[in-house]
Amino acid sequence: MSMPYYVSPEQVMKDRAEYAQKGIARGRSLVATTYDLGIAMVAENPSRSLHKISEIYDRIAFGGVGKYNEYDQLRVAGVRHADTKGFAFSREDVDARSLANLYAQYLGNVFTHEMKPLEVEVLVAELDDTESQLYHIAYEGTINDHDRFAVLGGEAETITERVEAAWQADWDMAASIQAATSALAGPDRTLGAGDLEVAILSRGNGRRTFRRVQGPELAQLLA
Amino acid sequence: MALPLFPPERDPGPDFAGLLRLTTERGEAPARPFETGAGGGGTGGGASPLQVTHGTTVVALRHAEGVVMAGDRRATAGNIIAHNAMEKVFPADRYSAIAIAGTAGMAMEMVRLFQVQLEHYEKVEGSTLSLEGKANQLAQMVRSHLPLAMQGLAVVPLFAGYDTARGTGRIFNYDVTGGHYEDTDFQATGSGGRDARNTVKLSWREGLSRDEAVNLAIQSLYDAADEDSATGGPDLVRGIYPIIAVVDAEGYREVPEEEVAERFGALIARKQAERTAL
Repeated sequence: MSMPYYVSPEQVMKDRAEYAQKGIARGRSLVATTYDLGIAMVAENPSRSLHKISEIYDRIAFGGVGKYNEYDQLRVAGVRHADTKGFAFSREDVDARSLANLYAQYLGNVFTHEMKPLEVEVLVAELDDTESQLYHIAYEGTINDHDRFAVLGGEAETITERVEAAWQADWDMAASIQAATSALAGPDRTLGAGDLEVAILSRGNGRRTFRRVQGPELAQLLA
Repeated sequence: MALPLFPPERDPGPDFAGLLRLTTERGEAPARPFETGAGGGGTGGGASPLQVTHGTTVVALRHAEGVVMAGDRRATAGNIIAHNAMEKVFPADRYSAIAIAGTAGMAMEMVRLFQVQLEHYEKVEGSTLSLEGKANQLAQMVRSHLPLAMQGLAVVPLFAGYDTARGTGRIFNYDVTGGHYEDTDFQATGSGGRDARNTVKLSWREGLSRDEAVNLAIQSLYDAADEDSATGGPDLVRGIYPIIAVVDAEGYREVPEEEVAERFGALIARKQAERTAL
């Protein structure tokens, strides 16, 4: 009788983590930061139609990096969760924290129980009158909350350093988007409006606070 | 609650009502509104013995820039006035409005479901439905409500919006079976709908301005309240006036209450002047 090879649980987890990290590092990064009137999200994404940043609910936005089909599935699930919850109870009862927890549970579950982990990192951003929250959920289900800025993607560490150096409390939308753009680009590159996907959650937008910043408006902001 | 993920062959896509059905099967959603076949064992035909709240007259008319939609504020239960400040005109989304007549409880729930459905589609698909698509969606909801309508709990909406592709206002009228008919110029429904429609018919012409259309809507509701006991006129004592909404290229806007009050004031002054002139 042949014995299956013994592989230690540590090794299994390490292999899976490495696999997921490699997948995520292949894609481009995303920066989300608060500014005086809301939250700005900037992602490096040359596509006009395959979005990394989307609207979930009145005050909640979604950001994903890694494998498109995997984070898009999570995005749709988030919209479904928020809309059914808002319909069953009230619009005020939909919050980002419970959605972030669901994402964390799901990602953690897939990471430990399935053959292949999801090669994604997701961000759930919630605009609040007093303090906005950015929930960053990693491929293995680790959840972190930030109240200033969050960076997702393969080069997160170096980009975090760059954002940290530039970050200011109560800067305006243009300044925050410019800083996020140069943090994504690094010292050796410049990113134009055509390489970026930008969206904001802004207090001035009425009930649905999500708005995409694109086309001439974005080009003018970056000029 | 778990994350609502579905295997590809059961995925509801951008359909919110279908999603509600699936989550109900999983025992996660409390309600299952406008389910086909719900409320079985109905006798069919005949009015309901229940004295449920009914909304009454709503009217929509097209003008040069878009559409105007208006509804009185009265809700009745039998011969009782159940509410004197009910709202019957709602934004469906940015470029469309829905007005309701019929059983108020069901109608409000239908409006809520319809609003969520349109927004849900927009978020899941990343694009908005065409105006025609929205009208068809509403027709399916009215159709699935038919079993309850047969028991006397009918809901008859009126849907109007600005077609951004064609650059014009459009109006859709419904019957209880979900049949929907596009009306090019104007339409009214509810108990005072006939009277309101007659007034609009007499004065409507192509190329009405927004102000003329608002005035005509006001006149039509005034005449409907004159003829129909279930339609509320302007309540000068409490300061309650019909809700009037305009949908055009800039989207859905409600006409401010002060402006509606002013226009009603002008109408009443004119009527009084006509009487004294006799």
